[in-house]
Amino acid sequence: MTAFAPIDCDIHPSIPGLVALLPHMEEHWREIVQLRGIDELNSISYPARSPLTARPDWRPKTGKPAATLEQIQRECLDPFGSALAICHCLYGVQLLFSEDMAAAFARAVNNWVAKELLDREPRLRASIVVPTQNVELAVDEIERCARDPRFVQVLLLASGDQPLGKRVYWPIYAAAERHRLAIGIHAGSNYHNPPTASGWPTYYTEDYTAQAQAFQTQLTSLICEGVFNRYPELMVVLLESGWTWLPAHLWRLTKYWRGLRMEIPWVDRAPSDIVRSNVRLSLQPTDGPPDSAGLQRVIEHLQSDELLLFSTDYPHWQFEGTNALPPGLPQSLVRKIMVDNPRATYARLLEPVQ
Amino acid sequence: MTAQAERTRPPQAGTASQMAIADCDIHHSPRQFTMLYPYLEPRWREHLDLFWQRPRQGNYSGPQYPKSQPDASRRDAWPPEGGRPGSSLDFMRTHHLDANNIALGILAMIRPHPGGFQNLDLSAALCRAINDWQVAEWTQPEPRLKASIVVPYEDAAASVAEIERWAGSPGMVQVLLLSRTVEPLGNRRYWPIYEAAAAAGLPIGIHAFGNGGQPTSSTGWSSFYIEDMVGHAQSCQSMVTSMVVEGVFARFPSLRVVLIEAGFAWLPPLAWRLDRNWRRLRAETPHLTRLPSDYIRDHIWLTTQPMEEPDPAEHLRDTIEWIGWDRLLFATDYPHWDYDSPQTAMPLRLTPQQRDAFFIGNARSLYAPGEIGRAEPQDTAQP
Amino acid sequence: MNVQLRSDPAVSAASRVAIADCDIHPATRGAADLHPWLSQSVREQLETFGQRRRLGMEAGPAYPKSQPNASRRDALPPEGGRQGSSLSFMQAQHLDPNNVVLGILNPLNSGQGLANPELSAAVCRAVNEWQVAEWTGKDRRLKASVVVPYDHAEASAAEIRHWAGHPDFVQVLFLSRTAEPLGNRRYWPIYEAAAEAGLPVSVHAFGYGGAPITSTGWPSYYIEEMTGHAQSCQAGLTSMLVEGIFERFPRLRVVMVEAGFAWAPSLAWRLDKTWRTLRAETPHLKQAPSEYMRQHVWWTTQPMEEPETREHLLDTIGWMGWDRLLFATDYPHWDFDDPAHVLPLRITEAQRSSFFLNNARALYGVDA
Repeated sequence: MTAFAPIDCDIHPSIPGLVALLPHMEEHWREIVQLRGIDELNSISYPARSPLTARPDWRPKTGKPAATLEQIQRECLDPFGSALAICHCLYGVQLLFSEDMAAAFARAVNNWVAKELLDREPRLRASIVVPTQNVELAVDEIERCARDPRFVQVLLLASGDQPLGKRVYWPIYAAAERHRLAIGIHAGSNYHNPPTASGWPTYYTEDYTAQAQAFQTQLTSLICEGVFNRYPELMVVLLESGWTWLPAHLWRLTKYWRGLRMEIPWVDRAPSDIVRSNVRLSLQPTDGPPDSAGLQRVIEHLQSDELLLFSTDYPHWQFEGTNALPPGLPQSLVRKIMVDNPRATYARLLEPVQ
Repeated sequence: MTAQAERTRPPQAGTASQMAIADCDIHHSPRQFTMLYPYLEPRWREHLDLFWQRPRQGNYSGPQYPKSQPDASRRDAWPPEGGRPGSSLDFMRTHHLDANNIALGILAMIRPHPGGFQNLDLSAALCRAINDWQVAEWTQPEPRLKASIVVPYEDAAASVAEIERWAGSPGMVQVLLLSRTVEPLGNRRYWPIYEAAAAAGLPIGIHAFGNGGQPTSSTGWSSFYIEDMVGHAQSCQSMVTSMVVEGVFARFPSLRVVLIEAGFAWLPPLAWRLDRNWRRLRAETPHLTRLPSDYIRDHIWLTTQPMEEPDPAEHLRDTIEWIGWDRLLFATDYPHWDYDSPQTAMPLRLTPQQRDAFFIGNARSLYAPGEIGRAEPQDTAQP
Repeated sequence: MNVQLRSDPAVSAASRVAIADCDIHPATRGAADLHPWLSQSVREQLETFGQRRRLGMEAGPAYPKSQPNASRRDALPPEGGRQGSSLSFMQAQHLDPNNVVLGILNPLNSGQGLANPELSAAVCRAVNEWQVAEWTGKDRRLKASVVVPYDHAEASAAEIRHWAGHPDFVQVLFLSRTAEPLGNRRYWPIYEAAAEAGLPVSVHAFGYGGAPITSTGWPSYYIEEMTGHAQSCQAGLTSMLVEGIFERFPRLRVVMVEAGFAWAPSLAWRLDKTWRTLRAETPHLKQAPSEYMRQHVWWTTQPMEEPETREHLLDTIGWMGWDRLLFATDYPHWDFDDPAHVLPLRITEAQRSSFFLNNARALYGVDA
């Protein structure tokens, strides 16, 4: 632990089950869930019992990890001395195909988070889960939840139906910018497209590794399509991306931008500049080299100390004990990662909350 | 289903007046998935515990399109002792086999069928376990029931091994695939499976569903369960097209294929379309030496559920004549919600030969030629 | 034996260090160039029905290029024909002045990935014959790749066995966007044949496997496709590593071509971390993925990485190993890397000669 009370930019409370969401749905949808025997919406992105999904000491004997406020406080908020933590509920709303059903589930998840977590623990904040199946309905949900200052970000997944820079999604960014919400892109997929350009892999190991490539793709899309030109105030945060791929990706993207600008003339700044002003990345996992000197070099390659945001990714198993920070970082950078960068990224964190 | 038939004819009551029938699509399952574990090597039990099944879809468990009823089943099909519909042999006997005088029931294991799992080794191991389980706990204790060999169809070599393991076993009467595969089922990667099935004298049963990992239609993912259900007609049409045009039937002249739960009224217009296109484009497919409709006529059977419901019902007669009265295999899809009742599913007046063929004769010829256990028809009236 | 005619290279070549170029793209002038090796019925099929790739466009790329034929405008041969279609012009413009002593041909548009398996195999065979007849047979500096219909394993293995031992062929060529990830067991017979023949397998960016080119669908722009080769090749390499093909085929060597390389260290770190946590899933792996990568994988250098601070590239290459990189120009494409300017860094002589020539010599077993 350090002297700073960090802002943990990525934690994953679990919805205990669909039954917990029922009180937060309109009557029609409650009936539908029961009439049709709708199954739990769990994603293969995090198999329930895979070692990555919950660190052994965060895995209860029965029930889901991070499913109670007491667990979250005892295992996550208190040990790290966190001042604030941003909740990303990964209940598989994005897996649905029916637009209205997805909207109903998204509303229920956000209502559950507000009531069960935000109302009861002042250190918690959350990202708005939206039904990307229908952009208008997603914007409606953003407008609804934006009234609550404890929602600080809109949650999207790293792989969806189309690359996130495409104009069909711009109303989401407009709404986010309007309300000073960040856009949080989190590892995971709706699996409406195969996880790789060559179709479906065999192993979960591959799927999880492939998440890094999905972030690379999305970053390219957002930049090339001109999202940051159109919404210059928008902050995009890449959550649970592994981040050490970023320098290499920017070298390539910036080089190609120099050669291929004629197709995307609105991109009037180098991609690496755009990232430095508008994109941030959560710390865990850090896919770093085995030696701390090597990691220093990677950080040097970032050419900005404003990019990284502290996170534990609780309860996913990314590090041991309370060593969420890679060893050997200079104190000035530690403070930036843990406090300054998150505060600068999340405008709404600074707003007063009743 | 078949509400229309109910309007036009009163249902017949009582088993004593019913003829013996076949049911070519019954869905059994273990009461709990872990009941398969005694048949599974420890290494794979542990793997499942950590990583689960990983079908080619985002849902960790459950279907991509939420069903209309819990477990997509009739609400009266939940066994009184607990467990999923279709998981209790005792209840299936009284509720379905006895009640409907089913002399020959073909089990199709689709919940789950491991064939589409991402991890092919897991798929093969679980197929082996399921096959062992269904013989031990279903076909051995119940002679009326026959099972289908589930195979890890995305791994042809492993599928061939499993087919060879069961070839000749009296409890297994077909090889079971699902319809939505990684590539269309005519693709060469699947040919060793057809070869092995043909060599073993086993039909290939292709049941609607599965997840190949691509959108369920050629134009992306639809929104609603109804589209998923109706869409099986489209995806099975492309599957038949693939098998015919790639030359599966030219290559394996003794192969028999059964399309299960795909509907059937789409088949005649598809055959006409294929014939027309083949006549125009045949330079592309020199390996085809006959009309596509001939291959279809000689190699493909179809189960009847979900029964087509034209209005007027007589149009169904045209359809069945185009397909052939020898090609259809009566099925209920027990215990699913869109179950076809043998009493009401067939709205037409049939000749005795047609009735026999439709309700049991075709199934016996295909699955159990020369089998013991033929029940004498108890009544020549309509079931 | 052909006598090689060279324009006088003495002046310019003498000032240039001898190099290998591990990614050259020869082109046909037209479909007729392959006709000597295509049967009448295949020719008719191609003329009547087209190639039929897993792509909507009958011909041409999914994403329009930035230049005609994606090539340097100055690479148009004076006698006519597409860039890369004239050996004599390639010699005059590139091989001679740049002192290329070893050039690896990677013919694209070679019938790989076509939906019809017979057509795919037939066109691949024709391209392999054409490489020998028109290129390697006429300029001994050039070496060929066995192009294979990779989505059809038996036919590919047969094609490899057909050419195994032929001195002109030094590798097997795949495109990167295959129908399933590169480690999938459907490709194992191809790796087996390649390893038996002692031929590395080269995976070149592009191809149309049928899936969208990203995990999140189809992007809008050519620049996204180009940048995206890094992502799709990472996934392909991940698949090869995690499926354990290097455990299964210990002699197999793989070259990643034209996908960049700076992504390799972070991918290795991520793979190792993920593998350690999830090891129970992959008991067939006997060592960390980065170990297999270090032992079995090479990368061509084009498009050369260009960090804002050039020296950062030294970190990257240090992490990968100076023995892993194979210099390439991608001649005649527009994003050609000029050997004179490509590596503006202070490096040792040993590093320079590894990078520009010796790694390629060692990998391809060619004493150029």
